[in-house]
Amino acid sequence: MSDSTTTQLPKDLAAEKGMINVQIDGHWIQVPRGTRMIEACKIAEKEVPHYCYHPKLSSPGNCRMCLVQMGMPARPAPGEEPTYGDDGYQEIGWMPRPVIACANTVGENMGIRTTGDLVEKCREGVMEFLLINHPLDCPICDQAGECQLQEFSVEHGKGESRFKEDKVKKPKNVKIGPRIRLDDERCIMCSRCIRFMDEVADDPVLGFSERGTHTTVGIYPGRELTNNYGLNTVDICPVGALTSNDFRFQMRTWFLKETDSIDTNCGTGANITIWTRGNKIFRITPRQNDEVNSCWIPDSHRLSYTCPTDDDRLTACLIKADGVHEESCWENALDAAADALKQYDTNEIAVIASARQTNEELFMMRTLASELGSDELAIVARAQTPDEMLVSSDQNPNTTGAKLILDDKNPAEKMDAICESIRSGQIKAIVVASEDLTEAAQLTSEDLDNLELIVSLNTSASATAQASDIVFPGASSTEKRGSMINVAGRLQKLNAACIPPGDARVDWEAIRDLINALSDEPSNDTPQSIDQLSEIITKSFDVLNDYTLSKIPNSGVTVIETGVSIPLIDRETARKATGEIVG
Amino acid sequence: MSKISYLSGKEPDSCEHRMIFKNIDREGWDPSIACYLKDGGYEQLRKALKMNPADITNEVKISGLRGRGGAGFPTGVKWGFIPPNNTKPVYLICNCDESEPGTFKDRYIVHQDPHQLIEGMLISALAIGAHTAYIYMREEFPEAAILMEKAIEEAREKNFLGSDILGSGFDLEIFIHRGAAAYICGEETGLIESLEGKRPYPRIKPPYFPAALGLYMAPTIVNNVESICHVKHIIEMGGAEYAKLGTPRNTGTRILCVSGDVKKPGYYEVEVGKITMGELLNDVCGGPLDGRSFKACIPGGSSAKILRCDETFKIGNGENQKELGFYDIPMDFDTMAACGSMAGSGGVIVMDDSRKMSWVLNNINHFYAHESCGQCTPCREGSMWMRKISDRIVDGKATPEDIQTLEDVAYQIDGRTVCAFGEAASWPVEAMISKFRDELEAETSEDNEYLSPEAKRQLKNIS
Amino acid sequence: MKTQTTFPAFAISSEIEDAANTRIAQYPNDQKRSAVLPLLHIVQHKFGFINREATEWVAQKLELEPMQVHEVVSFYPGFREHAPGKYHFRVCRTLSCAMAGSAELMDRICELTGIDRSNSDSHHNPIAVSPCGLWSVEFAECLASCGTGPVCLVNDDFHEDVAPEKAENLIGQYNN
Repeated sequence: MSDSTTTQLPKDLAAEKGMINVQIDGHWIQVPRGTRMIEACKIAEKEVPHYCYHPKLSSPGNCRMCLVQMGMPARPAPGEEPTYGDDGYQEIGWMPRPVIACANTVGENMGIRTTGDLVEKCREGVMEFLLINHPLDCPICDQAGECQLQEFSVEHGKGESRFKEDKVKKPKNVKIGPRIRLDDERCIMCSRCIRFMDEVADDPVLGFSERGTHTTVGIYPGRELTNNYGLNTVDICPVGALTSNDFRFQMRTWFLKETDSIDTNCGTGANITIWTRGNKIFRITPRQNDEVNSCWIPDSHRLSYTCPTDDDRLTACLIKADGVHEESCWENALDAAADALKQYDTNEIAVIASARQTNEELFMMRTLASELGSDELAIVARAQTPDEMLVSSDQNPNTTGAKLILDDKNPAEKMDAICESIRSGQIKAIVVASEDLTEAAQLTSEDLDNLELIVSLNTSASATAQASDIVFPGASSTEKRGSMINVAGRLQKLNAACIPPGDARVDWEAIRDLINALSDEPSNDTPQSIDQLSEIITKSFDVLNDYTLSKIPNSGVTVIETGVSIPLIDRETARKATGEIVG
Repeated sequence: MSKISYLSGKEPDSCEHRMIFKNIDREGWDPSIACYLKDGGYEQLRKALKMNPADITNEVKISGLRGRGGAGFPTGVKWGFIPPNNTKPVYLICNCDESEPGTFKDRYIVHQDPHQLIEGMLISALAIGAHTAYIYMREEFPEAAILMEKAIEEAREKNFLGSDILGSGFDLEIFIHRGAAAYICGEETGLIESLEGKRPYPRIKPPYFPAALGLYMAPTIVNNVESICHVKHIIEMGGAEYAKLGTPRNTGTRILCVSGDVKKPGYYEVEVGKITMGELLNDVCGGPLDGRSFKACIPGGSSAKILRCDETFKIGNGENQKELGFYDIPMDFDTMAACGSMAGSGGVIVMDDSRKMSWVLNNINHFYAHESCGQCTPCREGSMWMRKISDRIVDGKATPEDIQTLEDVAYQIDGRTVCAFGEAASWPVEAMISKFRDELEAETSEDNEYLSPEAKRQLKNIS
Repeated sequence: MKTQTTFPAFAISSEIEDAANTRIAQYPNDQKRSAVLPLLHIVQHKFGFINREATEWVAQKLELEPMQVHEVVSFYPGFREHAPGKYHFRVCRTLSCAMAGSAELMDRICELTGIDRSNSDSHHNPIAVSPCGLWSVEFAECLASCGTGPVCLVNDDFHEDVAPEKAENLIGQYNN
């Protein structure tokens, strides 16, 4: 062992921490052992363009777009020791042949060049090859504006074509499934869609047929891509080969505004991005959250949302007079509701909240129940068959939040008793929000007729709204700010992508106003903004800590240990552990 | 009703050193095990069973045997790449997908001397610790597939295969796996993917070096038919003795396959490097056809860079530099590489002065465009692009600029692909343009402005 | 074109099942997919080509998605998705055989059998069948017998030194 009068070499310092030194474009950085070259470049904030690589999928290394120049120190002759420069590193011997960055892991003292003549020539070359058979579809292709062929062509391409030959012709506008359209000419054969269906969706129905330049992606002749995760292939397709039917020819992406929010179709709480122009939603795409939904979302959830422009939206308060609903202003409707409710004893009133409401709305429902003096406060349960991926066994998005806010281990339990009481006539008046009781609560129209007073808060003209005496128009999940807690105990926030239509208001305000109408003296503590409400809530519940709406991170934060995990995330974690995917 | 006869009546040429091909066209020979045993067959198996597996590998290393499939990689070194602490099953695969244009040697081994291959596989399996072996046989050898399975059965009956071979405790099963007419299955990782039942897309290396992550992600050694046969002879004579054959670093014998414009095309087994190109083409193969003269030669299968017969090559450095005329090139690995080509699979294709090089190049380009698996961008798009350009050259519809484009495209593929097919497709173009540019350009004209309908539209829109 | 009746219609017999099971047993238990090629060969040998039904049978037998089998069938020139004639000629088109006259040999074979190759291409459907259904042709790539070119395969029979003038003789060996 040589004496260490000098300081330790960088390689030893790194090794102690399980890290590796790598030089990227002239600068040395440390990255964890096992990091792929392309991820190391990302850490160094050096863009390495790529198509086929995806951190959640296996790496076939077939697009060749991520070619970089790599160097390693020369191996010392047998018997000799490696020599180190003044900076403590060995001299890098640059390889003349480029290597792909996506599948190789970094080695100690490795050098990577993401710029320079060789790398530029490689990228130009790959771009040229990708474009020679690519159809001139940009003007009619949905992918324009978010197309990696366009982006890298501008960044790294040649700018002119010297290809004079006839292009290879392949099927265009193929109806590959009820929700997806395929254009084989646009396909660059990166195989992301095939790998996704095989590795993540576990349904290997996509594949290549023929070979060489005639290779064509597709599904078995006569079959359809009906898998409930099929639309994720549209997200990851770098070009316009796979496009979504619901978005086809609808809008150019550069006109759309993006809003981060949360899917409310089930208890998983997949993270989403809502794309709008004006007050219309054009599409919803998954937003990456490695603790919740990775980069994916089920088709059923993605396509299931309520828009302000939907035909059946309620846009004004309604008061029933002689069996007919008449429009009214909020003031009148609130007063009417308050007056009507005051006619009943506290044990004749039930408040039915919803596990589709946000924490803030649930808090207001609880306050409302308290104001009414009613103990009958429940939510409606919605169980379903889970799909062992992202679709939870709980169709409600905020059951965990409801349990917390309503301070009830099983807030749906009371619902059965409330239903009985409604049928028996003991409960005469109800206030219900965000629920159509003839659906999951399994009350019939006759049961509702039994009631003397129904005050409801709805977004659409449901059977409950029809039966209600007073109807308040509410906001859908894409039109409100708020927080929810998913089945795994993660606190996440929704943002408003649209504003509610007509006279409709965000629910928490409607409930607050109803409470104010009920009480003789409006309290000074009445929150004037949702942020104020949020302050009140976080102070009332320890587990919520200081996580007011504005402080909840974009990717959420775990606040409760529920013991429930999301199957797809578990599987992804396992695949990451084997090194098969970067994760 | 096949025309493969077991007795073509062809006598070996005097320059030949018949070892692997000792029994090909041999008087009185047949492919049965009885015949093989009478000739001393499976004695080397008995010998190897008594050896330490590491010693078998050592003999092969000492012998200097280099792969005969085309890459010329030292076989013993390849065997040594299996991870030392491996616990997964080890597989031996015999690559009988002989598809390199110009090559026709493995055909004769599997059609006429199957037991030599089986014995070689047994010894190789012993060395690497494999208990399951596959012979990947190209689909276009249907007779050989049947014959080989028969030979395997014969060997099994004699307990040369199966469990507890000759009481040694060693097990080995050999299975035939027929391909389906794809050149890319000759690439070892493409072969492995094909064996696994998938599209034969070659794997990226790193990390999928077959010796570590091969068939079913277990250590796998893929060797050419001829290479495996050499192993038997190495054990017979010992590695050191074998290394005396041929020339230093280019040891042993190899089978050269000569086709094209020569009087006597055919297979010739020679000591590596002990015969020159001139001796081969003029003496052994009878020289050019009457009234013709040699023009060009592809020395190692169509992937090898073409050589001009009137060329001289400067090889070596500094003081050791010397000039070598085409006819003086010894048929070995190193010199051929130094001359800017490769010994490859030994497929020597000869063209005389009646051949148009544009036609030759176009024929080769068609082959690679057809055989490209399509996995990676440069080869998939580039190989067809090169074919389309050379189509136009042959049709008289190309401009001089097209030649430059053709060359650029080749260099844009070379070195950028998943597997060596990229080089195989681009080298013929690079070499042909380098050596015969004038001739190619003479077939072009500035006036041949060809544009496809899309290209016309594109130009109109931009300009 | 006359309907092809040379080959029996696709139907699985116990004989085929047995052959298939033998092949499947050649590979480790958890690697049934490896048997795709052998099973497809069994099917093609008996039924002349591989249709949808056959693809689906192979998929079901090996517990694969039909697409995974279709991927393989459509990749390899050695697997036919269309019925050939009773006698299928595969003429080598690669360099050495081309130099020896394989293109002329192909022309001669087509002439003698009445086959029109003008509509066949090398990737989608490379096979051209005669009107009578007895003959079919396609070009193959290097058949590894370059020294004796032109060479060709007729079904499983290999023929060397088939100069264009010998085409008639070659066809004559199969005329029934």
